[in-house]
Amino acid sequence: MDFIDYYKALGVAKTASADEIKSAYRKLARKLHPDLNPNDKEAHKKFQQINEANEVLSDPEKRKKYDKYGKDWQHGDQYAEAARSQQRPRNDGGQFNNFSEDDFSDFFGSMFGGSSRSKRQTKYRGQDYNTEIQLSLTEAFTTHQQTLTVDGKNIRITIPAGVENGQIIKLKGHGGAGVNGGPAGDLYITFVIANHPIFKRSGNDLNMTVEIDLYTAVLGGEVMVETLNGKVKLKVVPETQNGTKIRLKGKGAPVYKKEGEFGDLYVTYHIKIPTNLTEKQKALFTELSKL
Amino acid sequence: MSAHTDLIDINEFCIYHNVEISFIHSLHQSGLLDIVVVKETVFIQPEELEHLEKLARLHYDLDINLEGIETIAYLLEKVTRLQDEMTAIKNKMRLYDVSE
Repeated sequence: MDFIDYYKALGVAKTASADEIKSAYRKLARKLHPDLNPNDKEAHKKFQQINEANEVLSDPEKRKKYDKYGKDWQHGDQYAEAARSQQRPRNDGGQFNNFSEDDFSDFFGSMFGGSSRSKRQTKYRGQDYNTEIQLSLTEAFTTHQQTLTVDGKNIRITIPAGVENGQIIKLKGHGGAGVNGGPAGDLYITFVIANHPIFKRSGNDLNMTVEIDLYTAVLGGEVMVETLNGKVKLKVVPETQNGTKIRLKGKGAPVYKKEGEFGDLYVTYHIKIPTNLTEKQKALFTELSKL
Repeated sequence: MSAHTDLIDINEFCIYHNVEISFIHSLHQSGLLDIVVVKETVFIQPEELEHLEKLARLHYDLDINLEGIETIAYLLEKVTRLQDEMTAIKNKMRLYDVSE
C-alpha cells in the first residue's frame, strides 16, 4: 500500500485536535461514502484513504506512533515490539504476554472501519470491488466461462450469452472481507464489449449495411450476407431503393438469460453507383434517361 | 430465525448490527422500508436486507437523520436511473460511431 499522509487526506493540520479530526472525517465521509457514490471508483478509493486516516488519527496511541515514525510507522512499531521482546525474560509470565498480544492486535487490526473499544462496535460490510471484463461481440453472444483473480483467489464465472455493453453484474460476497464480523462486500463486474466491424448492436437487434450494385438494385438479383451463423443468400427485389431495410428474423443477438431467443438482424442496402463509365455505358445511360 | 426461514427477524438484525428497533420503525413509517408482521413479530424480506444495511450505515456511520436519508434515497434512485439511461444512450451512440 502506498504511503498516505493522513493529515493531508483529512485536510487538517498536524496540530489538529481530536474534535477537528472527527469533524473533518465526518465531512469527507458524507461526501465520499460508497453508499452515496455508486459505481464511482475514485470516491471509493478516497473513502478508503480517509477511513484509514481517521482510524489512525482518531486513536491517540496510533496517532502518536504515526507522528513518531511517519512513513514507517507500522514497521517502527514492529521494531519497538521486537526490541521489547528481546528484553523479555525467556520464562516470562502470562501477564506480560497477554498485555503484548492485546496491544499487538489493536495496532495491527484492520484499519478500514475498525473501531476502538470505547466506540460503537459497528460491523462493517467489506469493501465492494469493481472490475471490467472486455469481450468481443461474438464472445458476448456465447455463454462461456471466464476465470477472474480477486484478492489472489480465482473465481470462475459463467457469462450468459447476450450481455450488453456497460452491463454490470454483481457477485455477492466476492468483495473485501467484512470488519468486526460484518459481511463481505460484493464484486461488481462491468462488461465492456468492443465494436464489431460488421454488426452494430441495438439491444437484441443487430444492424448492418450491405452494398449492392446499381444493376442488382434496378433489375433484382441475389446478395450474400454475413450473419452470426454464417452467410445467407438474400433475394433482392427489382427496383430496390437506396436505404431499404430488410429484417432477418431471429438472426440478431441472443436475448440475455432467455435461451433460444434471439433478436433480429436488420440489413440496410447501400446502392453503389458505378464509376469510371466507358463511353458505351455513358451512351446507354443517356439513352435510358431519354426514354 | 423462527419458522419463517425466508424472512429476516428485525430483532436479530438490530442485535447483529447494533441498531435501535425504533430506527427500523421510523424507516417503515417514512416509506423507506417494507416490513412484514407475522404473529406480532416484525420481519423484512431477504431482498430488503442490503437496502436496510445501507440505510443503517447512512444513519449510524454518517449521522444522517431520517429526513436526510429520505432525500438521499430519492437522489440515489435518480442517479441509478440516469446511469442506466446513460449506458443505454452510449450503446445507441455506438450505432453511429464511424471511428472504426
